[in-house]
Amino acid sequence: MEYNGGAVVAMVGKNCVAIACDKRLGVQAMTISTEFKKIFQATPKTYLGLPGLATDVQTLAEKFRFKINMYKLKEEREIEPRTLAHLVSSTLYERRFGPWFTEPVVAGLDKNNNPFICNTDTIGCINFAKDFVVSGTSTNQLYGMCESLWEPDLEPEDLFETISQALMNAVDRDCLAGWGAEVVVITPDKIITRTLKSRMD
Amino acid sequence: MADRYSFSLTTFSPSGKLVQIEYALNVVSQGVTSIGIKATNGIVIATEKKAVSTLIDDSSLEKVSVISKNIGMVYSGMGPDYRVLVNKARKAAQAYKRVYMEEPPTAILVKEIASVMQEFTQSGGVRPFGVSLLIAGFDESGPWLYQVDPSGSYWPWKATAIGKNMVNAKTFLEKRYNEEIELEDAIHTAILTLKEGFEGQMTENTIEIGVITGSPTVQEDGVVVLPEFRKLSPNEIKDYLANIA
Repeated sequence: MEYNGGAVVAMVGKNCVAIACDKRLGVQAMTISTEFKKIFQATPKTYLGLPGLATDVQTLAEKFRFKINMYKLKEEREIEPRTLAHLVSSTLYERRFGPWFTEPVVAGLDKNNNPFICNTDTIGCINFAKDFVVSGTSTNQLYGMCESLWEPDLEPEDLFETISQALMNAVDRDCLAGWGAEVVVITPDKIITRTLKSRMD
Repeated sequence: MADRYSFSLTTFSPSGKLVQIEYALNVVSQGVTSIGIKATNGIVIATEKKAVSTLIDDSSLEKVSVISKNIGMVYSGMGPDYRVLVNKARKAAQAYKRVYMEEPPTAILVKEIASVMQEFTQSGGVRPFGVSLLIAGFDESGPWLYQVDPSGSYWPWKATAIGKNMVNAKTFLEKRYNEEIELEDAIHTAILTLKEGFEGQMTENTIEIGVITGSPTVQEDGVVVLPEFRKLSPNEIKDYLANIA
């Protein structure tokens, strides 16, 4: 987690969810890139966040793209966020004694447009949450920000503001994360993707 | 010359048939009749259970099997072959559950079983399964009744019969079936259909019935609970039989 750095956070709003990540890729204290992708679209209404060791992030992103596509072909339907969470969990637990160094986050709306978020640890223990989940090197700072900023039933625009402030202020107190951010808000009829500028130092 | 094509599983005859698979179907058509009916609110599958001798303890014979919480299955044909398929089906259902933490949809499990049966028509050192299956399942997309043949082909039905009396039974079902049939009527119809070609006395110990009814419910935490497949007890069957007589 500390080798490349990075943070992911997801929040539940009123009939919507948001997921956000920073864009830094580093090698310990040295920043290598400020355009590193950490959240991936799994289905039209579900996103998967993968903070952690960059090589594992990219390998897993491809692995899950494969699994999700195979699921769609076999079952002739999109995978539900809850089902995806269990798929992620069992995929990680298969490597129980030599784990993937990532703490995935799943955020999305299910087929009835009910919000769903969760995260897991590196070996796939799922944490279902009704409010927010945090992951990556800024976990402690994100918990502090989310605990104070989040409130129930936020509308999409308010949720965007809340998650953006929570993430930016958290990564500013973490030298391994930051350098720009990406925010995705998922609503029943549209997906809002925005990139944020933040302190670049 | 016709004999030349009747042994190798994988050699087509000049007319384009795989005769071993046709022979497997013959086994099925000599097997005991099984019935399946899909109702608006559930499914019933039923079969005869006849012991070859009165000395056999028939309470332990099982032809209708629970595969997973929401899927059940019955067969016509060879009993031992069926048992192999039941084991494989149960294993496939649990393998699915291990990954996704939910019961497999009926169509997915049927595909799984059908591909096992197909494999046994093309592999070395094996023969095709001497059974046809009726698979009843209830998932988020509703009730489903599938038939799977030894060749590995499968179809969904509204109502059907397999085994010895399938032709007569199907004609009977065609007359009796309608789209609005409810489960209680369907169970009734299934018993009547079995009775058509039944030899000897039909009692609660000589037929087996499995049903699945209800509708999927969503718990507060968002987990979907599916209806459960269950076998009717001899006492329940006795009540249904009493209503018919």
